[in-house]
Amino acid sequence: MSALISIRNLTRRFDVSKPWLNRVIERLNKAYLTAVSDVSFDIEENSVYALVGESGSGKSTIGKIVVGLTPPSEGSVKINGTDLATETDAAKIEAVRDEIQMIFQDPYASLNPRWRVRDIIAEPVAAKGGETSGLAERLLEQVGLSAADASKYPHEFSGGQRQRICIARALASEPKIIVCDEPTSALDVSVQSQVLNLMSDLREEFGLTYLFISHDLTVVRHMADRIGVLYLGRLVEEAPREALFTDPKHPYTQMLFDAAPRMDAFGREVDPPKGEIPDAINPPSGCAFHPRCPIAIDRCSKERPEMRLLGQTRVACHRAE
Amino acid sequence: MTDTPTLSVRDLTVEIPTRHGILRPVDHVSYDIRAGEILGVVGESGAGKSMTGNAVIGLLDPPARITGGEVLLKGEPIHDIPRARLRRLRGKHMGMIFQDPLTSLNPLLTIGDQLTETITEHLNVGQDEARKRAIAALDEVGIPAASARIGSYPHEFSGGMRQRVVIALALCAEPELVIADEPTTALDVSVQAQIVALLKRLCRERGVAVMLVTHDMGVIAEAADRVAVMYAGRLAELGPVREVITNAHHPYTAGLMASTPLASVGQKRLKQIPGAMPRLGALPDGCAFHPRCEYAQDKCRRDPGPSLQACDGRAACWFPLGTTQKEDTVA
Repeated sequence: MSALISIRNLTRRFDVSKPWLNRVIERLNKAYLTAVSDVSFDIEENSVYALVGESGSGKSTIGKIVVGLTPPSEGSVKINGTDLATETDAAKIEAVRDEIQMIFQDPYASLNPRWRVRDIIAEPVAAKGGETSGLAERLLEQVGLSAADASKYPHEFSGGQRQRICIARALASEPKIIVCDEPTSALDVSVQSQVLNLMSDLREEFGLTYLFISHDLTVVRHMADRIGVLYLGRLVEEAPREALFTDPKHPYTQMLFDAAPRMDAFGREVDPPKGEIPDAINPPSGCAFHPRCPIAIDRCSKERPEMRLLGQTRVACHRAE
Repeated sequence: MTDTPTLSVRDLTVEIPTRHGILRPVDHVSYDIRAGEILGVVGESGAGKSMTGNAVIGLLDPPARITGGEVLLKGEPIHDIPRARLRRLRGKHMGMIFQDPLTSLNPLLTIGDQLTETITEHLNVGQDEARKRAIAALDEVGIPAASARIGSYPHEFSGGMRQRVVIALALCAEPELVIADEPTTALDVSVQAQIVALLKRLCRERGVAVMLVTHDMGVIAEAADRVAVMYAGRLAELGPVREVITNAHHPYTAGLMASTPLASVGQKRLKQIPGAMPRLGALPDGCAFHPRCEYAQDKCRRDPGPSLQACDGRAACWFPLGTTQKEDTVA
């Protein structure tokens, strides 16, 4: 298997400075928020790569960079060897863009309420001047809705059905890669399981590759082949699913696992994790996790840990073993 | 137990008149919550969880109104008392924690002002004493340097800290009952664990009765003593949390538990309940769950679902699982 998506040293900074006049009067420097910092990983063809992390960890930003909605500040994202941000050959850019689609979190906000479902689904193909007759009907049946739904409007559907429409739209241009940003977070449990099963089925049928972004460890455990854990814009641990869940190396990953509610933990008395995610504009020195880390030593506050390979796991921690 | 439960809901029914007929988002719901107990209320969106909470505390938005049943707070009816009296009860005897901490705090007042206002309103104390109590309340919910932060505005806090402020606000007048409506849904996992632990501790230490409304089974399993499962406005199942989760009697509960990814670790596909919850305007005849129920029989299609009391107080089902009928159907 070859890496379909290869991400190297990806960094994305956002300028969060005040307007220049305020900076002059209040003698402030420019301020930057580093949403993604030096992230590298590969996604194999026909696999599910999941990014997990809490809010502000940069997982959605990575998703946006991969589909090309935001340019990276540094580093590269190569899809099939093509870097969308630097490639100059228009035909090549076009070819890569056809292969990648996105599903968003909120199915209420990502469908145009004034368009019929048929037009919504056919849009990725219509935009390129492709043949769209019967396309929407076929895709609707593939995602478990009926062909007759094509002439309805989005408001006539429930949340789960709308997410199916989003999936149908993503499939319209026959992509290879689908970036799913929290695809089931807005859905109820019983509907979530329907949508997750549909996504698994479609993956097998079309040989899709998913970049699956989620904060929900249980969903990730079910869907992913390989998982990257993000903390404050940095990849702190990356491993195949079983390795990560049976033997998490990074203390942050361990903390996430301990904190996640469990079905079999009746009346469990947890010692809840201390503190919260620090401010991304002024992140802590050294390892960003050290103020909350139960096993931090002096070195952790001074020196940023590099990614190391431990068995199948890549981990950025001085103390992991 | 012989003592009166803190909250007792009897056959509570809420109706909303619409152009297309009367909708019944809460339909003959009955349960008790004792002091120091956490009752989890779960269900999908539209099942009537929040509506039940709002009905209990008297915050139904018209035209929704209570049309039947009663709500007793320590044995005293509170469902039909004048609004002004209810207003005094709210805060003093009942506290409410909402999902989104940012919208439940006033952005123009410091958290200290909001806490002291609540305290002086409901407890007979002066400004200085109220301020002292406000600081103590913030301290108790784990806000560091409470005396320094009491002059801060809500936007100066993070989401988790804001939710702590809301909890402090709900508890500062020392109510006997707290209704927490999805208190951790907007929060990250690590902060969620902190808030759940905090709720459990406060409930135990102060003997507050808590109604915890959420859709997260994991949170229920960890926090609740008993759990009520709602479906289409009715109670589908009510019982001790361990019992309900490991040995569900209602097919809906069983399906709900099985469809969480937690329950099927290592399996290729998740169990799923076919279809979706019916809209309130278009409830099917018979038991509301029958079109999605794999065990449905003729009786379920014909007769409305039984009430909880009619069948051992556990599951509102004609053929509860774990009894002989189930074995027949499965075999």
